[in-house]
Order: sequence, then structure tokens, then C-alpha cells
Amino acid sequence: MIWVDTILQGVLLGGLYALFAAGLSLVFGIMRLVNLAHGDLIVLAAYLILGVTTLLGLHPFLAVFLAVPLMFGIGYALQLGVLNRVLGDDILPPLLVTFGLSIVLQNVLLETASADSRRLPAGETAVEALNLGPVTVGLLPFLTFASAIAVIAALQYLFYRTAMGRAFRAVSDDPVTASLMGIRPASVFALATGIAMVVVTIAALYLGMRATFDPAIGPSRLIYAFEAVIIGGLGSLWGTLAGGVVIGVAQTVGAAINPEWQILAGHVAFLVVLLIRPRGLFPRAVD
Amino acid sequence: MSMNRRRLIQTASAGGLLAASGLAAPALAQGARIRIGYVSPQSGPLAAFSEADQFVIDAFAAATGDTFEVIVKDSQSNPNRAADVAQELIIDDAVSMILVASTPETTNPVATVAESEGIPVLSTTAPWQPWFIGQQGNPTDPGSWRPFDYAFHYFWGLEDVIAVFAAMWDQFDTNGQVGGLFPNDGDGNAWGDPVNGLPPAMSERGYTIVDPGRYQNLTDDFTAQINAFKAANAEILTGVVIPPDFTTFWNQAKQQGFNPKAASIGKAILFPQSLEALGESGHNLSSEVWWTPTHPFSSSLTGQSAAEMAAAFTQATGRPWTQPIGFVHSLFEMAADVMGRVDDADDPDAVAEAIAATELETIVGRIAFDGAGLPPFAATNVAKTPLVGGQWRLNDGVWDLVVVDNSTAPQIPTGGRMQPL
Repeated sequence: MIWVDTILQGVLLGGLYALFAAGLSLVFGIMRLVNLAHGDLIVLAAYLILGVTTLLGLHPFLAVFLAVPLMFGIGYALQLGVLNRVLGDDILPPLLVTFGLSIVLQNVLLETASADSRRLPAGETAVEALNLGPVTVGLLPFLTFASAIAVIAALQYLFYRTAMGRAFRAVSDDPVTASLMGIRPASVFALATGIAMVVVTIAALYLGMRATFDPAIGPSRLIYAFEAVIIGGLGSLWGTLAGGVVIGVAQTVGAAINPEWQILAGHVAFLVVLLIRPRGLFPRAVD
Repeated sequence: MSMNRRRLIQTASAGGLLAASGLAAPALAQGARIRIGYVSPQSGPLAAFSEADQFVIDAFAAATGDTFEVIVKDSQSNPNRAADVAQELIIDDAVSMILVASTPETTNPVATVAESEGIPVLSTTAPWQPWFIGQQGNPTDPGSWRPFDYAFHYFWGLEDVIAVFAAMWDQFDTNGQVGGLFPNDGDGNAWGDPVNGLPPAMSERGYTIVDPGRYQNLTDDFTAQINAFKAANAEILTGVVIPPDFTTFWNQAKQQGFNPKAASIGKAILFPQSLEALGESGHNLSSEVWWTPTHPFSSSLTGQSAAEMAAAFTQATGRPWTQPIGFVHSLFEMAADVMGRVDDADDPDAVAEAIAATELETIVGRIAFDGAGLPPFAATNVAKTPLVGGQWRLNDGVWDLVVVDNSTAPQIPTGGRMQPL
């Protein structure tokens, strides 16, 4: 029974990692941009939610509705003002810009919010449990996983069923031809980053209620996000969820054998997947 | 708080310039102030340990006038940063002595740097084993352990926390199965050590510790530990956990249906803030208690009793009292006493000698490096202070730490009996 529980908890933890990764996957899928500041943007969003929570005395679940449009705006402006200028045939300039952005964000947060570990005050929600027969799972991890599925389903719908999604796919395949058809790649990219920041905010909400955050933890979240994207296969949204689950389960199973192996087991699982399927579990057909 | 600290450092360095210009005259001219460095984790996961720093330093300045200049450094809860700021204090600020407090992650790097640079250092608020043994070249080989020339430490040790926790658990019936949460850090490795730590000592007292292994601090998931404790039917929880991790663990334990009868946790639940973060589920959690307003001691510096000092803190800050108030204050009591007994504050050997000869009644009890209650290898550098056990009770929305066991230090009064969770 312990193994059922261990794997179930790992799957739920995977939901959190999938949320970290979904935004990254989206941005990479559309503009081949590897956003090294992704983890720090999650931390920034967590501080934004915390700020709204403390200022207005709202529950984090309500505060997130104020933080989402703010983060969308930040993402839109970031892409339009900074990242669009460096996108091109060379992948190095955007990489360097986001790397610099990561350092800037960490230090701005350190300066304004101090190095203290913070947590989103979830009250009773934090300890509520769901009794599923032989195992009990926390309400919060369950909501995290449910949100991950909802977010990915929504992104999938947006991508393949809407006009906006068609524009996303068009500029992703061939920006020049897409602009001949009346699509402006610059504003499509800005929209995509804005949406990625909405996903980032949802990830930040669950991260901040589950564990504590401080200005320096961004890069370690980025690693999990990266690994989930790569395990799942670049550009595949459902693959990203699978990737998150693989890391989550590897971590809890590793910890069940010995807690010293918890973090290592996740990274080992990533390397094993790379060895067996270098393009990930569900790679998109052509790239 | 940070603004005040910054201002303090600014004024301190401005004062330093004045003192330096005065030093063009004969050394130790009239009015030259004795420079003391103080390192503590003022931000980061351990920041709660340093809540009383400003209050204590203000009181010290008021009591000693112009004799001392205190240069405060923040370790940011990071051992590497702690070593860096210790270097800064020694090289840039040329301090005569360093005071350091709060967890081996702060005290050890600072004490190691000071010892190697030959600057006297007084340390507290970390059990003495991780402090003394943790700084040795080979912690696993007792034959190679050497005493220090300039580093001194006073606090309780693992033997005390073992006696206190066992005495608290003895107060009611359990099955003797104990879940142990020991992280991979200085405290966790010392407490969980299978030879010198809690597991062997507790089994002598009839308790079996289930130890799933060392985990990384700031972990996202404690399912493995919770399952191991549930499988062993543990009715007691113990460990030495940093405050953010205990909140994560305790929430997950509740979510996954692990409900022990007693939970005695070191380090994580020392402070009212940690209990506020936990909410009602923190009622009757127990921990080691090193200082309370009911401790029958008074300050050699201000004459205040423990109760008066705690009340003054609450009045000055509007915050409930916390245990480090007493210990941080005692560090400065020690500094004033030691410097009062040396002719030349800048002679490290004389200062170290004066520290070793200390015999002082402080706000945390008598401090003397006479080796009482200690094994011979630690007798030169370590002094012990009393330890009792307490439980957090939520009364009308206010968290109160009640001493529930004093079998290890009968001079400290109890305020009630141990209650199950």
C-alpha cells in the first residue's frame, strides 16, 4: 500500500512540475526561445500574489485573479520591449538576455523583499485531506494536479482549435509566410509570452502554498521545468505533463528508498529518458 | 529593521573613521572604542533567531556608553556568507573580538575563520556537539580532535536534549515508536548520528527511533518520511528541522493522516512566528526550551530579571518574547565582562585567556569554562547552560510556551504538565 501511496504522491508532485514546465514549453514551442529566467519569473509571480494577499487581506486563491492580469502585462511588455529585439536566426542572443534577466530579477527581489523565506498563507486549505479509500491525499496537491491538467487542456484547445492558436502555429512554422497572410509575428509572440506568464502565475500559486520561496530558488525550479519539457518531448504539451509526472514519481520513489536520493533520483530519471529516447517521450513530428 | 541595521552599520563605520584618526596618536588613545563584531542570520530561513538583535544591541549600547563599537553583519542564513563576513570583520574592520549566534550554519564558519586568523570568538545558540565536533578536521575520529585556542562556545548539548525529550515522553503512555526527521545539515547529522546521536541514547531509554535517512533542506515532499513513520506506527515525532521545512512536513502529515500523540521538534518551533504559520495544528507541539521569562536569572549588565527583559522587548517591539533574547544578550554580557578584565583589547591571547577564565552569572545562568558536565576533549572550549522542555499552548489567540518538564534543571519552575496532541 505504501508503494501505491508513494507513486500517487509522486504523480501529484509531478502536477506541480508540469505547471512549472507548461509556460516554458509554450514559449519554446512557438518561438524557439529558451527562457532561462522562467524560474525567477515564477518566484516573481509568487511575490506578486503574496503582495496582493497581504495588501488586500485576500485568500491566495482570490489574489491570483489580480496577479494574473499583472503578470500577463509583464510578459507582454517583456516580449515586445526586450525579447523580440533579440529573436533571430542566432539562438545565442535571446539565451544571454534571459540569463541576464534571471540575475537582475533575483537581485531586485533580494533588494526589495529580503532573503527571508516566505509562504502564501493558505489557512485551513493547506492541511485539508481527501480520503480515497486506502490512501489519503492532500487537497492542495490534488488541486495542483487538477490545475495542471486543466491548464494543459486549455493550452491544447487554444493551440489547435482557435484562430489565435492557428496564428501561433503559423508563426512557429514560418514567420515570413505568416506575415504575408497578415499576421504580425511580433504581437503574436508577445501574446504567447503573456499567456505563458499566466501559467507561471498559476504555478507560483501552488508552489507558494506548498513550500516556501525566497529570491534565490528560481534556478532550481527552472531545472525541473526544463527536465519535464525535455522528457515529454519539445513542443508537446501533454508530453510536458508526462515529463513532470516522471520526475515527481522518480523523486518520491527515490526518497522512499532513501531520502538522500530524492533530488538525485529525479535527475537520474531525466538522464535515463534522454539515453533511451533522445527526443523525449512524445516528440512533435517535425522540427 | 533592515533600515535600522543599515543605519547602525553606517554610524558604526563613521565612528570607525573617527577612531582610526584618533589612532594616529599613541595606540589606544583615550576614547578609542573597543570594536566587537557580531554575526547572526538576520535574513533567510533562520531570520527568526535574530529578531531580538536590534533590541539587545540597543540595550548594550545604553548600558556601556562609549566603551564599545559593535559592527553587525548578516550571514543571510548562508554558511559561505557567514565565513565571508567573518573575514570582513577581521580584515576590514579589525575587530578585537567576534560574537556569533544561532545554528551551526552560522557559528561554525565564523568560529573556524576566527580561530585560523587568531581572533577570539564567543559563540552560542547551537548545541555544542555540532559546534565542537563539526569544526574538527575528521569528525568521525575522536582521537584526532583538538581543542581551539581562540574559539569558545556556551549552550547545551545533545545529551541534554535527549534527557529532556525522553522525560517529556515519559509523562504519558506511548508505544515507544518515534519518527525521526533529520536533515543533511550540521544539526541533522549530529542529532541523527547512529553512534553519538539520538537513536542509541533513546533506545537506552526504551524508545525506538525510526530514521528514514537524511533529506535535503527546503524539500518539496515528505511522503517517504510520512509513510515510514506510519508503517512503524510511530506515536511520537522528533527531529531537528528548519522552520520552513517543518511547516511543509506538518501540513503534509495532516493531509496524509499521520497524527502522532507527541511531537518534540528541535529548532523549527522555537518561535511564535513558526506557530503562527502553522495555525491551530501547532497546539501542544513541544520543543527544547533554553530560555523563558520564568528562568530565575538576571543580567549582569542591566540588572534586569528574565521577566523584565522579556517585558521590555515586548514593549519596545510589540512582539511576543522569543528565546534568543536571553542568549544574544548574554553574548554581550560576556563581551563586556571579558573586555573589563583585559588591559589590551587588541591582544588576542590576553582576550582568549580572559574568556577561558570567565565566571559570570548571566541572564541565561552561570557561564564558566570549567568543563562541568562535559567530556574532557570539549572541556577547554565549551560551557553548558541549563535546558528544559516546553509545550506551545494557544490561549485566546496568543501562543504561549509553557515549561512542562524540568527534571534536567530543577531550578527552573514548570508551568504545567505535558499534554498529548
